[in-house]
Amino acid sequence: MADIKNILLVGVGGQGTILASKILSTALVNAGYDVKMSEVHGMAQRGGSVTTQIRYGEKVFSPIIGRGEADVMVCFEKMEALRWLDFVKPDGKLVINDYEIPSAPILVGKEPYPEGIIEDLSKKTEVSVFKAADIAKELGNPKTMNIVLLGALVKAMGIEDMDWDTFISMNVKKGFEELNIKAFRAGMAAI
Amino acid sequence: MKLLMTGNEAAARGAYEAGIIFASAYPGTPSTEILENLAGQYRDKVYSEWSPNEKVAVEAAIGAAIAGGRALVCMKHVGVNVAADPLMTFGYTGTTAGFVLVSADDPGMHSSQNEQDNRYYAKFAKIPMLEPSNSQEAKDFMPIAYELSEKWNTPVFFRMTTRVCHSKSIVEWGERTEAEHIKYVKDIKRYVATPAHAKPMREKVEERMKIMTEFANATDLNKPEYNGRAIGVISAGVAYQYAREVFGEEASYLKLGFTHPMPIETIREFASKVDKLYVVEELEPYMEEQIRAAGIDCIGKSVIPNMGELDTDRVRLGVYGKENPALQSEIKAADRPPTLCAGCPHRGFFYSLSRRKNVMVTGNIGCYTLGNAEPLFAIDTTICMGASISSGHGASKVFERTEPEMKVVSVIGDSTFFHSGVTSLMDIAYNGGSSVAVILDNRITGMTGHQQNPGSGYTLMGDPAPEVDIPALCVAMGIKKENIHIVNPNNLAENDAALDAALAAEEPSVIITKWPCVLKKPSREDRERFDLSKKQCRVDPEACINCGTCIGTGCPALFARNGKVEIDSGTCTGCGVCMQVCPFGAIEKAGE
Repeated sequence: MADIKNILLVGVGGQGTILASKILSTALVNAGYDVKMSEVHGMAQRGGSVTTQIRYGEKVFSPIIGRGEADVMVCFEKMEALRWLDFVKPDGKLVINDYEIPSAPILVGKEPYPEGIIEDLSKKTEVSVFKAADIAKELGNPKTMNIVLLGALVKAMGIEDMDWDTFISMNVKKGFEELNIKAFRAGMAAI
Repeated sequence: MKLLMTGNEAAARGAYEAGIIFASAYPGTPSTEILENLAGQYRDKVYSEWSPNEKVAVEAAIGAAIAGGRALVCMKHVGVNVAADPLMTFGYTGTTAGFVLVSADDPGMHSSQNEQDNRYYAKFAKIPMLEPSNSQEAKDFMPIAYELSEKWNTPVFFRMTTRVCHSKSIVEWGERTEAEHIKYVKDIKRYVATPAHAKPMREKVEERMKIMTEFANATDLNKPEYNGRAIGVISAGVAYQYAREVFGEEASYLKLGFTHPMPIETIREFASKVDKLYVVEELEPYMEEQIRAAGIDCIGKSVIPNMGELDTDRVRLGVYGKENPALQSEIKAADRPPTLCAGCPHRGFFYSLSRRKNVMVTGNIGCYTLGNAEPLFAIDTTICMGASISSGHGASKVFERTEPEMKVVSVIGDSTFFHSGVTSLMDIAYNGGSSVAVILDNRITGMTGHQQNPGSGYTLMGDPAPEVDIPALCVAMGIKKENIHIVNPNNLAENDAALDAALAAEEPSVIITKWPCVLKKPSREDRERFDLSKKQCRVDPEACINCGTCIGTGCPALFARNGKVEIDSGTCTGCGVCMQVCPFGAIEKAGE
């Protein structure tokens, strides 16, 4: 299974990991890979922790990534990096959005938002950190944060050379193609 | 055409290619998107509908199939419990045109109240079962299911699981073949299941079992793949994908696509050709039990967990006692349970309810189940669809006799009320109950992603439809008009007044909260009926002393920073609940 690449997108329900994964997997299928992708629906989408998983290679069996298998994990929210760390290879790459969404136990003061996440993880493996929310805001639409992060992920995966403009346009709402392509490029340039 | 599709998209495509003309379902994760796809992409050939519940959906599909049209019905695993009554007898009568029931199980309970293994339903009903393991099979098995259904005059059980439904893999499409219409012929002995007719039907069921078993042992759906002799693996569904990856190229496999009745002779032959036989299946030892009962030794649930979802890790750990190394950190993430959204109309009502003492709140299945969580803790029980009103009725009858100070409030969503709350409320009206039924009408089926229902004014196919008049329905069942209170749940004073009146009444009361789901795309009617202007709340830092009262509403848009509460402008929808609870008047609506 050495030829299979595993990509993990983690975040909070509603952050748009599914759309980002959809664009990425469209591109990978187009490049001729066998691709499997798993997503979460239902209750977990209501502000819970969510993952979308993409596996690609010559022949993929399991649709989900196992422990210690992810080559790259992109974290749409900082603390989620910790929760899904078990799924990342000891030398896997992390792309972290420096963005905090406090969960319910944090909001009611029962648990603190953990500190020192980026410092700790940077000691262990290759970590790229940037503020995707700020970039999306500067572009004029905070909702494009997921596409900014997709841009960074594609850079981390080293697959910048695909026809991203087309794959983005195929998957985003009509009239928002330009904006999302801009967001994608800004994300690629950010890490 | 080759496309990356979810199992649900592929199942819809497969049913379309099989020439179905009728599809019905009640939405439920992980099955919902099958009907959404049929109603979207294939609407010119297939009539699709959301039925009020799974039993109705199955019965409607039974009628369609007896009338001679190929029919599909889809539901989540627990939906089959609701629909079990017609299913069991339909297994006796059999069908005219092809009939397939998709049961989408949820191992690991991603979005369910239990993880029952519905493969036992196929065995229970003595009907054939197919289990796809990826999207291509979800599509390809459908036309096969319809052929078998018509060949054997039986409903077919099509069992999927969350990871088959919601994972995407590459699917090669086929073309639709129109099924020849089978002309309806009146046949009382065949379709009227009276005791006199059912006895011969029962015998036919046993004859069919024999024919199906012969098929199971002969079909390519159950195909061995011989590699090495040392290890043989029997598996089905998505578990096969995990096993294939863990055991690798060296092992031999018997992948089963047709799993009821079990192909015991094929298994016996496979077992004789390998030294060590593993059975890798998700949830219960459905296959293992039958393999062992046939006197074939195997290793199954002694190493593969019967609880939770499987994955490659759990299979590897069970079989080899090894796990992959992974990145680690000493820092621990705080929990992130799902919560009611910012602006969710359920929050206001649950906040009001959480202030009440000596009240038992019986809950139901839907987003509003999240009202049980911190900090509201406003739900005491959740069992199944519809249970809140009926179990609340039973509880109040006991409290009347044992703890008269205790009152009961039962909460239920609009779609759940139509699903199975109506008969429960009838029970209360008929039997002189005193509990309070609260219908949380957010104008849509929320949790599963906004499906229309009999109260929302539209059908699955997008056509306008009459809306159930909930207050009139309550009156018709015997609830007095003066005991029906309609409130805007974002208005806490209205909630409190309704709760005061309802809890004081010695007769059954109904509170209807009416406000659209905050995630719903408002319909034209929603815009006319509700003030959905987008004002946001903001905190005056001078007036805020960070007392935490607003945080106690559990709204995810509120957070404390530097001794003051702030409201996230990205998530606040201006519902105003925090503004109403603030004892210092420190929150106001921007733009007012």
